[in-house]
This record gives sequence, structure tokens and C-alpha cells, in this order.
Amino acid sequence: MIQISQVSLEYDTPSGKVLAVDNASFSAAEAEFVCLVGPSGCGKTTLLNMIAGFFAPTAGEIRVGGRAVNGQGLDRGIVFQDFAQLFPWRTALGNVTFGLEMKGVPRAERERIALEQLRLVKLEKFAGAYPHHLSGGMQQRVAIARALAYNPGVLLMDEPFAALDALTREEMQRLLAEVWRETRKTVVYVTHNVAEAVYLADRVIVMTPHPGRIRAEVRIGLERPRDPLSVEFLEHQRQLLRHLTHKEEEK
Amino acid sequence: MRALVSIVIALACYEVIARSGWFAQALVPTLPAIAGTLWAMLIDGSMAGHAINTLYRVFAGLTLASGFGLVLGFLMARYRPVEGFFLPLVSALMPIPSLAWAPVFILWFGLGNTATILVVFYAASFPMVINTWSGARAVNPLWLRAAGSMGAREGAMFWKVMVPGASPFIITGLRLAFQRAWIAVVGAEMLAASAFGLGWVIFDAKEFLNADIMLASVAVIGAIGFVFERLVFGSLERSTVLRWGMVRAAKA
Repeated sequence: MIQISQVSLEYDTPSGKVLAVDNASFSAAEAEFVCLVGPSGCGKTTLLNMIAGFFAPTAGEIRVGGRAVNGQGLDRGIVFQDFAQLFPWRTALGNVTFGLEMKGVPRAERERIALEQLRLVKLEKFAGAYPHHLSGGMQQRVAIARALAYNPGVLLMDEPFAALDALTREEMQRLLAEVWRETRKTVVYVTHNVAEAVYLADRVIVMTPHPGRIRAEVRIGLERPRDPLSVEFLEHQRQLLRHLTHKEEEK
Repeated sequence: MRALVSIVIALACYEVIARSGWFAQALVPTLPAIAGTLWAMLIDGSMAGHAINTLYRVFAGLTLASGFGLVLGFLMARYRPVEGFFLPLVSALMPIPSLAWAPVFILWFGLGNTATILVVFYAASFPMVINTWSGARAVNPLWLRAAGSMGAREGAMFWKVMVPGASPFIITGLRLAFQRAWIAVVGAEMLAASAFGLGWVIFDAKEFLNADIMLASVAVIGAIGFVFERLVFGSLERSTVLRWGMVRAAKA
């Protein structure tokens, strides 16, 4: 579904060229949940933004659904970390219908679909509410519904729960796992939270910074729903942490 | 309520001064005298005629200025060369009081509505240009990214993201533009209007020492300005940017 082949991104700064992503390759199969994990500066968000088509890599190629990515497209839905991503002048329902409106779907039809999406994230009761009346977690759920409404094959998520409190975050992770199970989207999920990656992902891509490189790929074969307190879960977490701190040991 | 208290106290102070005998009654008429004149002018319809003329000039100028300011402001925010060309012009022209142009416009267009509306247009344009331009640049880039990933092209991006996204600035711009237009129109009417308008009434009444007519007109000018500021722009704000949580309500 998603094919990243030898992708690099280099940009100029006043102090010279910076290699944000160095020769990264990975793929995500249809309906697979892939997490990109790493500390800040490892290029995980940059990589996600390139898949989203916000900018192009300086080398390499990104293919989504067999087609080379060239700019933004309706085949990919995106959810950001910032709650402010919702349009404050539109209700929850109005936010979710936006993509369908752009697609030219008739009003009644798009409202029906949007309500369905809001039901999926358990917010159908808040369809008429403006974003500023919703909590952070609710706003992020609206953002997920909005990204799913026009039915893209791929869902790209950039630390969507990082700004939430720990309890809400766990609740959101459970909800997302459920949404994913029902919608079977291909997900690329960026996070710096190792436990979150183990909880959500089929496969975790570990990245390290300076320059941003893929360090390892770890398959998470655990049964769902996963128990974050189980020995196997903690074992996977430890394994990821080992990869993340690997570079420091080399020095 | 608190607004009413302030106004009543200010009026009471005026009344004390007017009745103190320090000034000639003809120059500083008492409130009942002003109210009587105002009532007479309201009854015979002359005040309404003047107010309608003034409002017509203000809204003609304000409409032109809003259209012009919105278009130029968005173009400046969107295209760097447009910004580069117009920003110095705006900076140079903005500090010139609009009334300084009144004699020039009278020379070019004669006495009457054209010159007055142009003065209003001049006064109201700058807040609209500056605020639209600032508002467009303050639009959250995440909204543009989100809209773009949902397939919004140039047109939808403008009407469904840029315009509502910039609306807090635009509404503030409209408010400022109205205030400046309302101030400018009275001055412009004193110079350029012949026979109608609230500004003209004040100027004309000076010739006959009719302080009561002057003050009655001032009261009407204040009242109309107050109504627009509070009711029209206040409710515009409440039904849009306040409702959307894009600006916060002032603490009561």
C-alpha cells in the first residue's frame, strides 16, 4: 500500500545543509498499522509529511497505492497533534463533512456519512458543537472522523494524542485500535511514546536522529486487545528502547 | 446598565454647568432646551432626513472601502509582489487625515456626495486593508494543510478557509473602518455637503448661533454611532467569531 524507497530529505540552514532524513526505506501493507518511533529530530514527522505530500523528498520515491506521491491527495487522511487543526467556524459535523464537500457529495449524503463517522468515534451526540466547546480528546476524535470521512485508503497520524493527559491518551488509544479494527485502514502513526507504539502497531519502525535514520524494524505479534502490563508487552517495549538507545552506547 | 450610569452622570454634570449661569444660555443651552429642539426636529422629519443622508454617505463609502480593502488585503497576503508594491503606499497614505483630502476632492468633483463619499472611502480603506492583510497571514497553517489534504483547491481554500480563518481580524477591521468613516463623514459634510447631512447641520447652525441645534445633532451622531458599534458590530461578532471561540468575550 505504501512504499518508501531510499528517501532522503536535505534542507539548507544558515549553518549549512542538514540531513533530516537519510536514505529511509520501509513499506506498509494494506490494512497494516505501522508506527514510526523515535526521539525528536529523528525525522519521523518529516517522513510523515512527505507521505502526506506537504513537500517532496530530495531523493528517493514514495508510492501510495501504487502511485508516486505528488502533492496532497484524497487517498490519504491526516491527523495532526495540535487541537487547533479543526476549523473553529464549523461544528463537529461541519468539520467532518469538509472533505466530502470538496468531493462534491450532496449535502444529505455527506451529513449521513459524517454522522456515521462521528458515531465511530462516539461523538454523534456532539455533532452540532463547535470545537471550542469540546475537550482536547474530543477534538482529536473529530479530527480522526474528519480524516476518515472521505474514505482514504491511508490514515497518517502525527502524535495525535501527545498533548492529552495520560488517562485520556489511554482511552484514545483503545478507541483508535477499535476504529482501525472496524475500518481496516493502512495507518502510519508517528509517536515518541514506546508503549503507545507497542499497544497500537503491527510493526514499529525505530528511528534515530542526526541524521534521521531507520535503526530497526520490530514486528509486534501480540494478540489484540493488548495488555500493557503483560510480560510480553513489556518485553517488546524493552526491545524498542534498546534500539533507541543503541546509538548512545556506540559513542 | 453600567453604560447608562456613566452617561447619566456625564449629562448631570453638563446640566449643572449649563444652569450655573457662567455661560450665556444661548451658547450652553440646558438639556431640556436641547431635547426640545431635538424633539421638534424629529417630529418635522428634518433630523431623519439629515441622518439618512449622512448614513447613505457613510455606507456608500464604507461599502466601497470594504470591497477594496478585502480584495487588496487578500491579494497582498497572497502575492509577494502585490505586497511589495502596495505596502509602502499604504504606509505613506495612511497617516494623512482623510479630511486633508476634502478640499482636493471638492476641487475635483465639486460640492456634494461624491467628494464626501470619497473622504469616507479614504478614511475607511486603511483599517480594512491592514486588517484583512494581517488576518490572512494569521490564518493557522494547519487549517490550510488539513483543507489541502481533503482536496480543497484554490477557490474552496479561499472561501472556506482563508475568509472564515481571517474573520476575527476582518470584523475588527470593519469596526475600525466604521468608526473612522463615521468621524470622517461629519467633517466632510461640514466642508463638502450642501444643504443636507448631520455634519452640515452643525456647521450651518453655527452661522445662526443655534447651539441647541448643534448639540442636538451631536447627540444624534453619538447615538447612531453607539447603536452601530454596540448592536450591529456587537451582534455580528456574537454570531460569528465569538460563537466560534476564535475571540474571547470581554469580562463583564
